[in-house]
Amino acid sequence: MISFIARRLAQFLVTLLAASFLLFAVTEFSPGNVASKILGPYAVQSQVDLLYDKLDLGAPLLERYGRWLGTLLGLSDNTLGDPAIGLGLDDPRGPRYFGNLGYSLMLKEPVVDVLAQRIGHTVALAVWAIGFIVPIALILGVMSGINAGRPLDRGISGLTVTLTSLPEFVTAVALLLLFSATLGWLPGTSALIQGDQWSRASQMVLPVSVLVIASASYVTRIVRASVADTLRRPFVRTARLKGLSPQRIVLQHVLRNALIAPLTVILLQVNWILTGVVVVEAIFAYPGIGSLLLKAALFGDIYVVQALTLLALTVAVGTQFVGDVAYMLLDPKIRLR
Amino acid sequence: MAELGLSEPRGLALGRLPLLGAILRSRAATFGFVIVVAWAAVAALAPWLAPYDPTMIDFAAAANPTPSAAHLLGTDSVGRDLLSRIIWGARTTYAVVPLSIGSAFLLGIAAGMLAGYYGGWLDHLVSRLGDVMLAFPALVLYIILITAVGPSMLNIVIAVTLAYAPGVSRLARSQVLALKHQDYVKAAEARGEPGLYVMVMEILPNARGPLIVDLCLRAGYTVILIGTLGFLGLGLPPPTPDWGGMVVEGAPLLPVYWHMAVLPCLAITSVVIGCNLMADGLREAQA
Repeated sequence: MISFIARRLAQFLVTLLAASFLLFAVTEFSPGNVASKILGPYAVQSQVDLLYDKLDLGAPLLERYGRWLGTLLGLSDNTLGDPAIGLGLDDPRGPRYFGNLGYSLMLKEPVVDVLAQRIGHTVALAVWAIGFIVPIALILGVMSGINAGRPLDRGISGLTVTLTSLPEFVTAVALLLLFSATLGWLPGTSALIQGDQWSRASQMVLPVSVLVIASASYVTRIVRASVADTLRRPFVRTARLKGLSPQRIVLQHVLRNALIAPLTVILLQVNWILTGVVVVEAIFAYPGIGSLLLKAALFGDIYVVQALTLLALTVAVGTQFVGDVAYMLLDPKIRLR
Repeated sequence: MAELGLSEPRGLALGRLPLLGAILRSRAATFGFVIVVAWAAVAALAPWLAPYDPTMIDFAAAANPTPSAAHLLGTDSVGRDLLSRIIWGARTTYAVVPLSIGSAFLLGIAAGMLAGYYGGWLDHLVSRLGDVMLAFPALVLYIILITAVGPSMLNIVIAVTLAYAPGVSRLARSQVLALKHQDYVKAAEARGEPGLYVMVMEILPNARGPLIVDLCLRAGYTVILIGTLGFLGLGLPPPTPDWGGMVVEGAPLLPVYWHMAVLPCLAITSVVIGCNLMADGLREAQA
């Protein structure tokens, strides 16, 4: 078991390393482009050339990736904040520390500070969303699965097929039309500004609802399929022939087996929510890292995009790792192997 | 072979008909198919169907953009005919989605079949690369590409291809592993057919069921993605009529003129529901 976890951990690190190289290669493939992105659209060619030399951007891609990784891990200096370069970028922590993600070119601040201001909002959004998604999906999915083919199942399935077909922004427009434009119960934006006429809680309702509607319907479908499938297995027939009550069969035998597969799907939803978060934050002007990613991409703020993507990659690969380990702990057939 | 009463190798004789048959056998799939094909016809016939030029501005109508005899679905806030823009917007979706899904499946099926058929180091390489690519959601991948080279249709196609190919490849690989020990595959190998022939002519036609279901699902996701990109202002530049872009233009006026945002939303949703119904119906037809 230890060796299984160790192997998975090694795989996690290798995958993350490869993904980060890919990220670096795409964003910094053309070095001239990097220098002009740093200086902005009004820089003259001679300035671009000067920066190109100072940052030694002519070095091979692999060498630049090594340097980038070294800076991130706190092994080498980030030369961008050097007063000799004269970009006016300054980091109070100095040029060398673990987790140095560079500077935001858009906000002229270290990326770490920019992230620290916003990440809490996004985590709150995601935690609230997952807190609703999991119980809703489990209850609806199990109800639908144990009644497979009956009207209740048809109703739930019809609803979830429709809801999974709705893009997040369509759900958002529908909810805004109803609760904000028509009824006036909830605010149309969620900027979380102090002293707003709407409370913070009321500003969270619509963004969380959009994420819940988009994801819960999908997870419900997976849970339903798994429960319906488990009910067809021979051990359920055996339990029924032994005279166990239907409630007992479902609660003690079916659920334990049926909920293993959806677990990994729920973990992968964390991944899915990352995409949803970008959309939802943009729609509601929510001050998290999703809306920051969008602004940074449109501005060409490569270091912010790198940092946020790296974060997304770590979460994505990390949930896969956690999912594999959890799967092994829950399913004795895999554990023994 | 025919005079012996034996059938031709399946892939050749069955052609396209059984797929249509499978669709028609399920009511849900038929309904979905009709929606998807109807929108395809709208996209193809846009120049003849649309009553106005989608970029033409009717200043008089902009003063009262609600539906009228001249503008059946009303106009947007600057006075462009909404019906014409929705009709032309279908073209954007029907150009980008088949292109990106097509290349994702081409790459995914090729990689997955090679990995599954030959196994060994090739299989390891494809699986590991797939793991790396799966860490990038399509939207994030596209955002990275925008940061590096700016928004374009080609970049949407690249992002979708790279984001979806690993999933397709896993599915194709598992299908090959399930089928490669079948007698007809062994027979073809014994005849001395090259690997490529065995994969394309023997295995692929028998593996296509789950792949087609997956294709319908992923086409639906891509319609959502294209709409989302348009909505976020990352899609094709205005004034190209694009459903997602129309929603974001109409959204600020939601309290007064709800039709501007809601009608393009309905267009996008109907295509996605069509794709999902086809996927569901076909999956049940196979089960």
